[in-house]
Amino acid sequence: ELRNGKNLYFLLYKPIYLLIVAMQDPDMGVKMRNQRLLITVIPHAMTGRDIIDWLIQKYNICEEEALHVGAMLVRYGYVYPLKEPRSLVLRPDESPYRFQVSQPPLHPPAIYLAKKNIRKQGELMEYEKERYSVLHKRINHTWDFVVMQAREQLRASKQRRKADRIVLECQEQAYWLINRPPPGAHNVLDMGLERINNSSRVTLVSDITFLYFLFVKYSEQYLNHDPIMQGCLPSNPWISDDTAHWTMNAEVVPSPTRLRVERWSFSFMELLNDSMGRREFMTYLEKEFSAENLCFWQACEDVRHGENSRIIEKVEDIYKNFLAPGAARWVNIDSKTMDKTLHGIRHPHRFVMDDAQMHIYFLMKKDSYPRYLKSDLYKNMLAKAVVPQETKKR
Amino acid sequence: MCDQTFLAATFGPCDSCGKASPLMNIYIKNDAINYCSFCMEVMACQGLQSGETLASLKKESDSLKKKLEEERGKLNDIELHQVAEKVEMLGALSIKTKRLLKGHGNKVLCMDWCKDKRRLVSSSQDGKVIVWDAFTLNKEHGVTLPCTWVMACAYAPSGCAVACGGLDNKCSVFPLSLDKNENLSAKKKAVAMHTNYVSGCTFTNSDMQLLTSSGDGTCALWDVESGQLLQSFHGHTADVLSLDLAPSETGNTFVSGGSDKKANVWDMRSGQNIQSFESHESDINCVKYYPSGDAFASASDDSTCRFYDLRADREVAVYQKDSVIFGASTVDFSLSGRLLFAGYNDYTINVWDVLKGTRVSVLFGHENRVSRVRVSPDGTALCSASWDNTLRIWA
Repeated sequence: ELRNGKNLYFLLYKPIYLLIVAMQDPDMGVKMRNQRLLITVIPHAMTGRDIIDWLIQKYNICEEEALHVGAMLVRYGYVYPLKEPRSLVLRPDESPYRFQVSQPPLHPPAIYLAKKNIRKQGELMEYEKERYSVLHKRINHTWDFVVMQAREQLRASKQRRKADRIVLECQEQAYWLINRPPPGAHNVLDMGLERINNSSRVTLVSDITFLYFLFVKYSEQYLNHDPIMQGCLPSNPWISDDTAHWTMNAEVVPSPTRLRVERWSFSFMELLNDSMGRREFMTYLEKEFSAENLCFWQACEDVRHGENSRIIEKVEDIYKNFLAPGAARWVNIDSKTMDKTLHGIRHPHRFVMDDAQMHIYFLMKKDSYPRYLKSDLYKNMLAKAVVPQETKKR
Repeated sequence: MCDQTFLAATFGPCDSCGKASPLMNIYIKNDAINYCSFCMEVMACQGLQSGETLASLKKESDSLKKKLEEERGKLNDIELHQVAEKVEMLGALSIKTKRLLKGHGNKVLCMDWCKDKRRLVSSSQDGKVIVWDAFTLNKEHGVTLPCTWVMACAYAPSGCAVACGGLDNKCSVFPLSLDKNENLSAKKKAVAMHTNYVSGCTFTNSDMQLLTSSGDGTCALWDVESGQLLQSFHGHTADVLSLDLAPSETGNTFVSGGSDKKANVWDMRSGQNIQSFESHESDINCVKYYPSGDAFASASDDSTCRFYDLRADREVAVYQKDSVIFGASTVDFSLSGRLLFAGYNDYTINVWDVLKGTRVSVLFGHENRVSRVRVSPDGTALCSASWDNTLRIWA
């Protein structure tokens, strides 16, 4: 998910960063020139052959190894092809390539697919068609906005030079191939297990424009939830003096509003922050026989934010219910964390459960949460969610 | 930690002194070097040996600066507002005063919303603390503190208590009784004790912990029940004027701003200062997190508001205008983070487009300084408190 910042433009390791800067050096870097693509001339492009030769010379390695390094650069999206953009391979010939370090496409996947649909008259690939219809259902109420944006961008792009258009299209295609890989394709963004105690606080940023992109995405996502900007349904109580909006969005309602249920899908934190969302998630976990995870997490929160005087008592309860061998609601924590926690419990303090709590939190976030969003329980909730009628302003 | 004059692109051991710090990665004659800011300056001065003139030293330092700018350019040739160029322009906003809360006899210094989205607590210069149902304008509770200048007040997450403090150097917690006749002052519990005025306070995720900032230059975390100091935060070199808790999923950090022009990010568990930003030219009066928790905004006496990204460890936008010449005292984001509301000493509230950096609206109405602005928990309204003794609800 882009919003988490788990993206190659955000987590760029130093050796790769140095390599790309070196490749781009105007004097000593890879030869950049106008490359011919059929009848169009693309400026500032390199050939696959040039990349390989440069790597061989720079690192003093053989062709085979250079081919491998080059292939990784394309696989991970640092360099993208202008010819056959669907195929992320490095061809050691005259095929043109470019660096993907300029700003990534600003188009949310829905708009990207909508554009393709319009341009290619419905000739999307099978998995793209599927995603298109899923997205359509998910953001149904803003679909007109999506199509309008897509049309607007296509219109604007028609005014660009053909060379620019080709570059942008290939860039975008490569970007989405990496960030939304087709089913079955290798997901290069899979970073393995979340590292909880990451000691490097300041992360390498190769391209700050990507972080800007995240702000744009966040505000787009929450736009319809921002009453000062978009209004709210049925009306803003402060303007209409009608409290219906608050009644419909009370903590406990028989039927939550559509915006509210949608918001649970924005992030795990959003789901947990809504007491109703949390209850729904608990119901789901019960069906999966993993409700103890959420109960454990809540109990740990209670320790962290509760009174000093009750810490020992609460930690003892947690041990009895969740950690002791044969406990009624035993939680599955890795042995290293478990050992560390059990050791810490001997001298309980406010933060003694932190490691275990984070482990379970990320387990739920990475595993149960995404499955919950795909479940019938959530889908039904979304389907019967209420969209209030707008009441006319006074 | 964050030097104004160069951008930290990486963090690690300096090639020259070996100290772990933010590093600049540049190429000098095709060699990659990674120096911290201090060593970078030293290297620039290295030319000054016997016979070396100031002119040649300047030439060397200029060429180094140019190389640094080139590298910086490679990283940052695009600004936030440029990336946001493709984003739709905001339509004209129609925001008007919808409620006028009169009742304080003196300057209103602070306010905070209740989680129920309609109640709020406000505090003033004459020691009065009032709890309102802002929707009906009903005053539900009133307390008079024995001190003046109650600069800080906060509503407890449960809605059952409020905290307030100021010139008495303390922060006290009052339970809110349903019994109107009950004397709230009698139930007051002093929780925080500083050695100078309390400038800001907030409950953490429960009613049980209180975070305070003070004119004594520190912030502190307290156990409400016992009044015990759980953690103190040292690092500011002058009065701390504001703080805000991060809305992160692990809930462990907060940001503070002070008269030393610094905004510091703290780890609540260890008490450590993990990040620091110094780009304002005067006191920072207010700090507030962006809704996602990845960034925060600040308001300063230098008449600007700024936006800092925590991941990039730098300032990413400045909100300023030639016609805005008075200090900014308070900021808050709209629910989506697209709008930034800022209150100024010229009695106005400016509304900024966070992404594009432009001002989209000015809210006139107050007849004296705006001391505090806060968007309601569901984003339906903005509340402003002012030295004109009133509070306004805007929507």
